[in-house]
Amino acid sequence: MAQEPVQEPTAGELEAMECVYERPDTLTDARFHYCPGCGHSVVHRVLMEVLDELQIAENTIGVAPVGCSVFAYHYMNIDMQEAAHGRASAVATAIKRLLPDRYVFSYQGDGDLAAIGTAETIHTCNRGENILMLFINNGIYGMTGGQMAPTSLLGMKTSTSPEGRTVETAGFPLKIADMIALLPGVAYVTRQSVHTPNAVRQLKKAITKSFQYQKERKGTCFVEVVSNCPSGWKMTAVQSNKWLVDNMFSLYPPGDLRAPK
Amino acid sequence: MTVGDIRLMKGNEALAEAAIRAGCQAYFGYPITPQSEILEYLTDEGRKRGMIVLQAESEVASINMVYGAGGVGARAMTSSSGPGFSLMQEGISYIAAAEVPCILVNVSRGGPGLGTIQPSQGDYFQAVKGGGHGDYNLVVLAPSSVQEMADFVFDAFDLADKYRTPVLILADGALGQMMEKVEYHDYIPADHIPPKPWATTGKPKDRAPNVITSLHMQAEQMEEANLKLQEKFRTIATHEVRYELVEAEDAEYLIVAFGLAARIAHRAVELARAEGRKVGLLRPITLWPYPSDVLRALAARLRGVLVVEMNAGQMVEDVRLAVEGRAPVHFTGRMGGVIPSPDEVVTALNRMAANSVKHPVEAN
Repeated sequence: MAQEPVQEPTAGELEAMECVYERPDTLTDARFHYCPGCGHSVVHRVLMEVLDELQIAENTIGVAPVGCSVFAYHYMNIDMQEAAHGRASAVATAIKRLLPDRYVFSYQGDGDLAAIGTAETIHTCNRGENILMLFINNGIYGMTGGQMAPTSLLGMKTSTSPEGRTVETAGFPLKIADMIALLPGVAYVTRQSVHTPNAVRQLKKAITKSFQYQKERKGTCFVEVVSNCPSGWKMTAVQSNKWLVDNMFSLYPPGDLRAPK
Repeated sequence: MTVGDIRLMKGNEALAEAAIRAGCQAYFGYPITPQSEILEYLTDEGRKRGMIVLQAESEVASINMVYGAGGVGARAMTSSSGPGFSLMQEGISYIAAAEVPCILVNVSRGGPGLGTIQPSQGDYFQAVKGGGHGDYNLVVLAPSSVQEMADFVFDAFDLADKYRTPVLILADGALGQMMEKVEYHDYIPADHIPPKPWATTGKPKDRAPNVITSLHMQAEQMEEANLKLQEKFRTIATHEVRYELVEAEDAEYLIVAFGLAARIAHRAVELARAEGRKVGLLRPITLWPYPSDVLRALAARLRGVLVVEMNAGQMVEDVRLAVEGRAPVHFTGRMGGVIPSPDEVVTALNRMAANSVKHPVEAN
């Protein structure tokens, strides 16, 4: 399908327009390195929007993971530490313990949080650390080229499950948010997505709530974002969002799993 | 010097007490013999005196908590022993690469594997040759008394902050468990801790974000980061070598030993001197940077060098590198938690002397 050439508006036309959508101040000007259609850039944007709206960017420290979002600090105009694979929540724990009046979040993918970092994840939540753990679940290792993740669906084809994931060789997809929701130290566990504008708005509400709970020292907030990986799933962005609804949501349905009373 | 606060303490407790006095703000640890008293002492005494103390779910978590705490500019510490310290190596590599100051303690035990809880020096290679992946060194301090278990904590924090680098105190189970007199002198942390404008404490509007990372995706940038690190290590190597020489002036034979083995070697020097043999001792205090220059300078007039270690012979490689063939280098050691006796060292000395009647240069 041929694309219509984009007509740039003139300066005068721009002047006359009402601004309804702009880059959040705390999102840097760096161009995202993410694949077209990937959910990471949307989550980054929403997160920075919330920091701006709550006016807490100056008091927030983020912990970046290993995975596709390893360069998260290129896009987030805040102080950040880069953690080793799986260890973001341990790093975030220490930052929060030392600086209890700051807002602290960790940002991790599924391999990072639910495979190599399972122990850190469970124990950070079990201690009820007053941090936000953002968990991007796209069921695949994107950065390393599309290998099977702990959250890959049964039957899902990846470079390390070429015939589709089977229980016999790889066990079941790990529903780690459901496990975490059982822990008494956790304040808030929710599963969101970014595949539609409305879903993005819901995610923004969840992140906003998480920072409010953090301020009130209610315990760990765990926000899972069921996301896509067009490159790893070998689909177009549009196809991947449809596939997400048709396949991911049956195992990972959106909604709150635990919320403060 | 005025008399300080004098106590009778276990090495592990003396070290923990020193950490509090050195202004250590955060300690993260996991129980493992023979160093658990550090975690216990700080849980009690450290917390009472305002320290953040957290028993982590593993040494992997502990070291990454130290990374986080050091990153916000706090004086932070962890301690472990052999197997637990091995688990920390990934995190230590990140910390060294990201230039986060902190101190690490390995109260080592007999290995390899699960090994034993008895004292050993089998972790020398791991301590001084990097330990984790990539090109880096730790500054390694080797105490040989309970007093030094305490004193070196202050030095380690000062060095860590001065060079933005992790500093390791390599002790062993005997030094951790034995009780000796220890004297504390006044130390005001605020006079020692430099400003840390790089720390991730929250970005004010008027400065660029502080990012603590070891990631440099482009090869040229990664090499540049490595060159900068190597430059720092060269500066440390030039300025921070520490050692002790005992009766070395007229020595024909020199024992080289560190930590607990150096105490035994010291006694062996006395015994050998009583028998009329001219023996001295070089005790490296920094195992990295190594006192190679002093050893090289002494070597030319020595009839032999005897390296005494509680391992299969690890530091002896650094001694040979320093001596560069100027004198014969021999080794004696015990492993697996067995501590050699002074008599064993004297026997090894006598054997070495008997086999090197003439200096190899004279012999030619």
